[in-house]
Amino acid sequence: MRLRDRFPLLAADPKLHYLDSGASSQVPADVLDAVTRFETTQRANVHRGVHRLAEAATAAYEGARDEIARFFGARREEIVFTSGTTAAINLVAHSFGDALAAGDEVVISELEHHSNIVPWQMLRDRRGLKLKVLPVTEEGRIDLGALDGVVTRKTRLIALAHCSNVTGAVVDLARVVAAAKSAGAAVLVDGAQRVPHGPLDIPELGVDFYAFSGHKMYAPHGIGVLWGKRERLEALPPFMGGGDMIRSVTFERTTYAPPPTRFEAGTPNISGAIGLGASCRWMSGLDWPGIVQEEMRLTGRLLGSLAKVPGLRVLGPLGLQQRLGVVSFALGSAHPHDVAQILDRHGVACRGGHHCAEPLMERFGLAGTTRATIAPYSEDADIDALLNGLDEARRLFA
Amino acid sequence: MSDSLYQDALLKLAREAPRQGRLEPNDVSVRLDNPLCGDRVRLDLRMSGPKIAELAHEVRGCVLCQAAAGIVGLHAVGLDRAGVAALAADVDRVLSGQDPVCDALRSFAPVASHRSRHDCVLLPFQALKESMKGG
Repeated sequence: MRLRDRFPLLAADPKLHYLDSGASSQVPADVLDAVTRFETTQRANVHRGVHRLAEAATAAYEGARDEIARFFGARREEIVFTSGTTAAINLVAHSFGDALAAGDEVVISELEHHSNIVPWQMLRDRRGLKLKVLPVTEEGRIDLGALDGVVTRKTRLIALAHCSNVTGAVVDLARVVAAAKSAGAAVLVDGAQRVPHGPLDIPELGVDFYAFSGHKMYAPHGIGVLWGKRERLEALPPFMGGGDMIRSVTFERTTYAPPPTRFEAGTPNISGAIGLGASCRWMSGLDWPGIVQEEMRLTGRLLGSLAKVPGLRVLGPLGLQQRLGVVSFALGSAHPHDVAQILDRHGVACRGGHHCAEPLMERFGLAGTTRATIAPYSEDADIDALLNGLDEARRLFA
Repeated sequence: MSDSLYQDALLKLAREAPRQGRLEPNDVSVRLDNPLCGDRVRLDLRMSGPKIAELAHEVRGCVLCQAAAGIVGLHAVGLDRAGVAALAADVDRVLSGQDPVCDALRSFAPVASHRSRHDCVLLPFQALKESMKGG
């Protein structure tokens, strides 16, 4: 069975060439079934009732946390459910960030998604911090050679994307962690673009926080995770207040639950969490060495083909080392929206725009790019259709 | 069909949009960005009383945005605030699938069914309305 056929939306539309998984992946039947099962047989709130459904819902929700922890080599109490990567980063920017003082420094990079820029700017403005930015090389990688000059004894946090959502470049986290350790700083990683491409032992990375979203890793929208080292999470105050995150409440004083529930105020996205757990279970059963090899073959073919298109410029590494199948390009002076519109006519779903990375676009003097993302269900036919569409776009606009 | 967006008339209008560039000196200069796609329009106006005496536009955007700026270049000179509002209302009309009063706007009729592209067309007209706020 083709992997593609396990995804009902793709199976139902053979002419669809879905290359926009960097924005949202498709969802396999196993995950949809798990969500439907919950909604049709177990739906109730969690951590509250004692009736049969409430018990079943709580077991399913906490079971999902176990699945996710297992998949990422983590402890269950280190898995905090959030609405996605953005919420996870904002949680750290508040709970970790509010303990920082004027003069402290936070380091990000020029290629970050806005969700790993704006929360730190807001924190800077609240606390009087200094926000420092690692530059990006011509190849579209974070210039880790600049770490020595940027990271100082005042650095409290380094927050970087594991894989760029524009260039596909994967950062060498070992170097980042070493630099952070030498300064006594923590490391937060935006893993949104990395997690869809195979299993990962997060604790082994040596970072302090790792944020990711479900909707890019074959799970529903509106669910994500902040993984935090247990001792880090235990030391943090809550971000939002409300039900579920407390130990006791009086008008004089409230005490808080331990992690992870300390950070999960209010009714959570229960079906989303169950879907994310199912996604981890589904991913655990895949032949990842084979999938990674195929993703890289397709990425190599795409990069090689794009290199032959007159006037086309790839924004990112042209080789396959330390990169994933997130491929952005500019077609002459054609606007990425126009290119993506023509590609749509060929059944190709691609993202066009600045990808919420305006500073990176500024760095390369572009308003935006067109982005194709290779996923486990991608096939040669998807690349064929993309190249055919680009031919037409070039005739029309270039 | 997506490709009906890119009819010859619209491509020509985008390519040959009248009054491209900057206008110096000017009485009003407005820059508007579309935060979703990064499109950017700059509009410089020289006024004669309440009316637009001359204008220039600079677009960093898609073909639809360029063509819409072309309409501004063709039709906005001589308009006062009410005239600008009427032109903008005509754009809203064509984007909601109705016949426009201004014939030149007919090229934008296929955009009506592409909601995600409406802002591309609207940006130059929003800049035009913004530039008339003081008048």
